[in-house]
Amino acid sequence: MSGPKEARRLPPGSLVRVRDDWPELRGKAHVRTPHYLRGRRGRVVRYLGDFKNPEELAFARPAALLPLYHVSFEQPAIWHEGDAGDELLVEVYGSWLEPA
Amino acid sequence: MAGTGLKLEQIPGERLLGAVAALLAEKGITSPAEIAQQIAATDAAAPAQGARMIAKAWTDADYRAALLADGTRAAEMLGIPMRGAPPLGVLEDTEDLHHLVVCTLCSCYPRAVLGYPPFWYKSAAYRARAVRDPRGLLAEWGTMLAPGIRLRVVDSTADYRWMVLPLRPAASEGWSEQQLASLVRETDMIGVTLPGHSAA
Repeated sequence: MSGPKEARRLPPGSLVRVRDDWPELRGKAHVRTPHYLRGRRGRVVRYLGDFKNPEELAFARPAALLPLYHVSFEQPAIWHEGDAGDELLVEVYGSWLEPA
Repeated sequence: MAGTGLKLEQIPGERLLGAVAALLAEKGITSPAEIAQQIAATDAAAPAQGARMIAKAWTDADYRAALLADGTRAAEMLGIPMRGAPPLGVLEDTEDLHHLVVCTLCSCYPRAVLGYPPFWYKSAAYRARAVRDPRGLLAEWGTMLAPGIRLRVVDSTADYRWMVLPLRPAASEGWSEQQLASLVRETDMIGVTLPGHSAA
C-alpha cells in the first residue's frame, strides 16, 4: 500500500537542488549537509529510508522522521578539478532538497 | 556538577562508569549484560570481519547478492553482531567504476565490520582531499585507476555506513575463501587501495 507519504517520495532520477541555506549562521546548529553542496544540483539515486532529523536529535528535541536520499553530484562542476564523469554520492535529507 | 560541590574530573572514570551503568539498569534503559555484550561486540570489530564478507562475496554469488542488497543482514549471516549499529550499505566496484569512502563532516566509518578507523581517516587533509582531489589522493596511495574508470566518492554524511566491495584480483584464481580474506585490507574496503596491490 502506498500512502500519501510514499507518493511524495522522490523517485530515482529526480533532479534536485540542495537548498542554499546556512542555519549555522543563524545560531547553534547541527547540520549533516556539507557546505560544498549547498545550492548545488544533483540527481536522486535512491531513497534510503526514513530517519530522525539529526538537526533536532543533536539538541535532544523531538525529531520528525525525514526521508533520506542518496544523491549524486558531478564532482568537477563543484571543485573545478577532477575528471569528467567523476561523481560525489552523498546522503541528503529530503528537507534539504528542492526541485531543480 | 551543580549542587554536589564535585567537579566531574575529580571522579575516577571507573566509579563514574559504574554509577551511570547502575542508573541505566535501575531505570530499565539497559542491563549490565547488554552493556557487556556491546563492549564485546565493539572489541571484536576489526577489518578481518569485513574481509570475511568480501571473500565470501567473491566466491558465493548468492552471498554477493545478499551483501549488495543489505549489508547489515549479510554481516549478521556471518555472525557479526550488528545490533545497534547504523545500517550498512555496500558499494560494488565494477570494471569501469571505483568507489572511495570519506566522511567530510566527522569520522563516520563502518565500525561494526571494520573496527576503529585508521587515524588519517579523521584528518582534515583526507576529508578535504577525498572530495576535492580524489584522484590525486589515490595516486599518493599508489592507486592508479586504469583509463576509463569512473570514480564515485561516497561522502558518508548521515545515517548509513558504507563499505566497498572491491574487484577480486585476477591473480587470486583458485584461492580459498580464507586465503582471499587474508588478502583484503581495511584500506581496500574504503577504496583507497586495491586488493593485491601494495600501497605506496
